[in-house]
Amino acid sequence: MTDALAPKLADPKKTLHGVSPMADASEGMSYLERLPRRLVTLYLPLTIILIVLLFPFYWMALTAIKPDEQLLNLEKFNPFWTWTPTLKHIEKLLFDTYYPLWLWNTMLVAVCATVLSIIASVLAAYAIVRLRYRGAQWIGGAIFLAYLVPPSILFIPLSSVVFQYGLFDTPFALILTYPTILIPFSTWLLMGYFKTIPFELEECALIDGASRWQILIRIVLPLSIPGLISAFIFCFTLCWNEFIYALTFLSSTQNKTVPVAIVNEFVDGDIYRWGSLMAGALAGSLPLVVLYAFFVEHYVSAMTGAVKE
Amino acid sequence: MTDATLNNIKLAPREATTWQRLQVNRNWLGMWFMLPAAAFLILFLAYPLGLGVWISFTDARIGRGGDFVGLENYEWLWDDTVFWLSVFNTLLYTIVASAFKFAVGLYLALLLNQNLPFKAILRAVVLIPFIVPTVLSAIAFWWLFDSQFSIISWTLKKAGLISTNIDFLGDVWNARWSVIFANIWRGVPFVAITLLAGLQTVSPTLYEAATIDGANKWQIFRHVTYPLLTPIIAVVMTFSVLFTFTDFQLIWVLTRGGPVNATQLMATLSYQRAILGGHLGEGAAISTAMIPFLLAAILISWFGLQRRKWQQGENND
Repeated sequence: MTDALAPKLADPKKTLHGVSPMADASEGMSYLERLPRRLVTLYLPLTIILIVLLFPFYWMALTAIKPDEQLLNLEKFNPFWTWTPTLKHIEKLLFDTYYPLWLWNTMLVAVCATVLSIIASVLAAYAIVRLRYRGAQWIGGAIFLAYLVPPSILFIPLSSVVFQYGLFDTPFALILTYPTILIPFSTWLLMGYFKTIPFELEECALIDGASRWQILIRIVLPLSIPGLISAFIFCFTLCWNEFIYALTFLSSTQNKTVPVAIVNEFVDGDIYRWGSLMAGALAGSLPLVVLYAFFVEHYVSAMTGAVKE
Repeated sequence: MTDATLNNIKLAPREATTWQRLQVNRNWLGMWFMLPAAAFLILFLAYPLGLGVWISFTDARIGRGGDFVGLENYEWLWDDTVFWLSVFNTLLYTIVASAFKFAVGLYLALLLNQNLPFKAILRAVVLIPFIVPTVLSAIAFWWLFDSQFSIISWTLKKAGLISTNIDFLGDVWNARWSVIFANIWRGVPFVAITLLAGLQTVSPTLYEAATIDGANKWQIFRHVTYPLLTPIIAVVMTFSVLFTFTDFQLIWVLTRGGPVNATQLMATLSYQRAILGGHLGEGAAISTAMIPFLLAAILISWFGLQRRKWQQGENND
């Protein structure tokens, strides 16, 4: 992962915003501090925080490859390392469960919901920022409010809506409900990007006789590709992370998404379940971590952009 | 006959203009562009939101629509000790976790804002807990908090600090602190990275000026960094508070509200009553009871945003 990150992150000043020369506030006065002082005030706390943040992942990965007898015998074996890694848990995951199917379900739902939301948000954001129709500002504010409506107060009425529309226990139940979480966020993010595109470009195109649709497709979208990537990745992550809708709207084992399936299908009385449980959790996180490693700048700008707007 | 032809000739261009107007008029065009997003948000967000409030006034159960019963669900909840326990838990969870997320997140952001080797990679690594789906990292915590095989208990025992395993999720207060810790762990990266982005917009010349004026580190933080950061802190913490208050996943994986409802949040309680217990009306009433708290958080965010514009000398656009 580090190798993949290194070229992208070579220039820390560019990582977050790539704008101002003042982005790196630190170079200025840090020469005033001597190394021992920095060790105590900076490196030591940073190391402790990093260890706490990363230890669960190390533990997850280690558990996934440890043989069962070592997992439960903490006295005889060193619990922090194993010399005899096994692929048994992962094998069990892939061949004795529906795990590949669940992974596929999650991927399908996430991709469909994300694509739908991005299309809807591009149109909405463009209309709010550039068409400036009557009441556009109010709509913009309403969309921000929609972002603040959490799924946990919506799932009960939504479950009866989903039932009424005959979507219960189908992937469509999720594909159509996830955009309610994604559209407000990505509209808000894309509004910020569209604002940065010079108005003059559009005026030129209008004079040349382009329709609004042509302007959007040929001028605005190509210029806002970084914003689109940010929105796409963040939406994809949100879909993957969503739990309560998937838990409520799906019932049969084959239709479940990874988070729900792991919680409901793996948790049985078996004392040896930990290995495959951790393997499942690890395999479910991996696609996101890989995606993140490739697009880390976009991800961070999506997160901070949405907050700063 | 001639009249009719004349009328046709007159009408034809007018019809064309109406159609053209639909294509170029910004209000109509705006409506076409808004249509997909509006359809989703009205059908699956605004309508259910209203429906939820309505259901809370009925005795609906799963599989049958309910009749209007007025405030009966709320009266029932008013006398329900489990409900009040869940309100207490939710407030405790939100306040403690948010306070720690803010403190640790700000501290981490300040650390990461210093001149460090491999700064960019560190920043990328810090965010990983936020990327990984909550449920999956919660499962790792479940294993870390296991009553028999917890590595934390093992390490503390080896260090001679405790003699028996800690029952992380079986004891009332242990369970509360454990879920709060897992929530802090998951939330700190978000707070840290967004605050870091805010810190990077603070001009270094301000720090230099303050240093020349003889300010010490704490004074620089208190009188330069913090005031410039308040607007973004307000927004970040609103998001953090909102998502902590309505948290469901973490609790559901770790404790499902147990032991004896000690970690039952309002969200988990409404799921239990509505979906598992089948009492949709009562569950919806619990959800609706969360709305005032959320509104309060949103209002705070609103004033935070206003203040930001004022501080930056922007117009209210």
